[in-house]
Amino acid sequence: MREAAVVSQPNPLQRIPGVAIVLGALIVLFGAIAPGFLTPANLSNVLVQSTILSMLALPMTLIIMTEGLDLSMGAVLTLTSLCVAIVSLATQSMLLGLGAGVLVGAAFGTVNGWLVAILGIPPFVATLGTLGMAQGLSLIVSDGQSVVGIPHGVRDIYSATLLGIPVPIVIALVTYAAFHGLLYHTRFGSYVFALGGNREALRYAGLSPNKLLIAVYAIGGTMAGIAGLLMTARMNSGHPTAGLGLEFDAIAAVAVGGTSFERGNGWLLGTLLGVIAVGVLRNGLNLISLPSSVQVASVGVLVIVALFLDGLRSRA
Amino acid sequence: MTDIAKESLSPPRSFLSQDAIQLFYRLLAVLLICAVLAVLNDSFLSLGNILNVLRQASLTFFIASGLTLVVLTAGLDLSVGANVALSACVAGTVIHTTGSPALGILTGLACGGIVGLLNGIMVTALRIPSFIATYGMLWVLNGLTYWYMAGETLHGFPAGFRQIGSGYLFGLPIPVYLLLVFLGIGTLFAQRTIWGQEIYAIGANPVAARLSGIPVTRRLLLVYAVSGTMAGLASIIFLSRLNSAEADIGESLTLPAIAAVLIGGTSLFGGIGTVFGTFIGALILTLVLNGMNLLAVSANWQPLVTGIIVILAVWLDMKTRRRGQ
Repeated sequence: MREAAVVSQPNPLQRIPGVAIVLGALIVLFGAIAPGFLTPANLSNVLVQSTILSMLALPMTLIIMTEGLDLSMGAVLTLTSLCVAIVSLATQSMLLGLGAGVLVGAAFGTVNGWLVAILGIPPFVATLGTLGMAQGLSLIVSDGQSVVGIPHGVRDIYSATLLGIPVPIVIALVTYAAFHGLLYHTRFGSYVFALGGNREALRYAGLSPNKLLIAVYAIGGTMAGIAGLLMTARMNSGHPTAGLGLEFDAIAAVAVGGTSFERGNGWLLGTLLGVIAVGVLRNGLNLISLPSSVQVASVGVLVIVALFLDGLRSRA
Repeated sequence: MTDIAKESLSPPRSFLSQDAIQLFYRLLAVLLICAVLAVLNDSFLSLGNILNVLRQASLTFFIASGLTLVVLTAGLDLSVGANVALSACVAGTVIHTTGSPALGILTGLACGGIVGLLNGIMVTALRIPSFIATYGMLWVLNGLTYWYMAGETLHGFPAGFRQIGSGYLFGLPIPVYLLLVFLGIGTLFAQRTIWGQEIYAIGANPVAARLSGIPVTRRLLLVYAVSGTMAGLASIIFLSRLNSAEADIGESLTLPAIAAVLIGGTSLFGGIGTVFGTFIGALILTLVLNGMNLLAVSANWQPLVTGIIVILAVWLDMKTRRRGQ
């Protein structure tokens, strides 16, 4: 059942327990069993490694708030990362590379929004189709090979620091601030709440829900483009499977963060904590030498449990 | 055809039912693609290639046929590809350790069926939307399979077992016979049994289905379990044909299976579609991919084309059906 539009920020006190308990429990657990987990170097590492995920999870929160989903984000990030690598290799210009990545990402996001809003195709199938397209294009532009030898300037973005803070964390904080401002302090943000809660109200207010929906998906694609630069910088190369499954970690972060899949109200700070929780889970399992396959399966279980609890809350 | 499905279609009196017209268009598409490919490439009409297309289509069909039942209930099973990979690896291990293909086949089917049942439980008891529950399952299975295999490849299976996927009987590949058997069973089950009709009813209107006394939860569990078991069956055919099992064999199977269901005219919104349509869908998709192969288009293009086909199929379906809200 749809509830009345929630245009104000939901009371955080009702939400903090869920995601904070998960994050706290994970930190206590790995602090106890994983050697080296609680060192400053490792914790900073967790945060740096969570940056790329946060840039997908924040726009994913907006998309899920509109009762949508974007399964193509990981594949689009792979493609934009390759575009960054190829263009910056060819032109020796990081900015042109970033421009190409953002352009391709925004194009995919707009296509997703168009398929969902104008053609009315259910979001999970529309974005599954574009997932295949982005995956295919990644294989085509890279011919299945890694793109190596990219300029040093690109790599340095990931390893540089600003006032002692790693640049990726600065980028993540700026991104969070931008999304927070956009969602809670602009008219567009109120419209996003209304897209999930009360689409009719938008129509009565003389606004076009379709255009707004396309904008929300386009923001998602654009962020995947910017994240593509960070991914290329992190791997110091472009790789045709770099972003495989990242959309799933993003969905996990949003679900754990307390954004409802059934009620259209989202909580960005929860998503940010959810991103860190996913990062802690992967890092902790890695430290106790469990392979990445176990990490993937654990994130899967985390999503299913979070959604089950979300369903319980919705019906309560 | 189904009364429930018919009622939701708009033209009240026409000579042919809309289902028949839809099927006619799809058969026309098959002929058209065949004609184009026959003109473009000499080897398309060779016996070897036609048998190859049929065998390939049957592999897609096994996964897609169970998936059709899920989509008929307005659900989706995104875990089928990952399920094939896990079932193949488990079945392969059993054959290697016990030396008994029969035991391996049973384990593969059981493994697929149990995964399907777990999907059904998530959708019914835990009430998680099916596309996200099975997407979670996809990654759980992926993780389990990679962990279980630890980068190893199983290969070398008994010659008798390998006949299932690569053998011939009266000149036709054995998977084609299996295809005919399951096409028959699936069609009879969906169109001619009460359970089948109840599945259409659940997809057309779950509330009405529940109120009219259909045990919705049990039918949904059945549908997801069947989808999983068919993935298990597909895993056996793959294992036997490839003569090897690796953790990554399922990665490129889910999208084509969904494409086959949607091209075949099964509506994502539930209640409309047939298993036979899915067979035609699998045939169309296989012909397109086979044609690309014959025309020396790199395999890298396949996901792109499949993705476009998925979107086109849903869009065309929504355009032509004009379902009443």
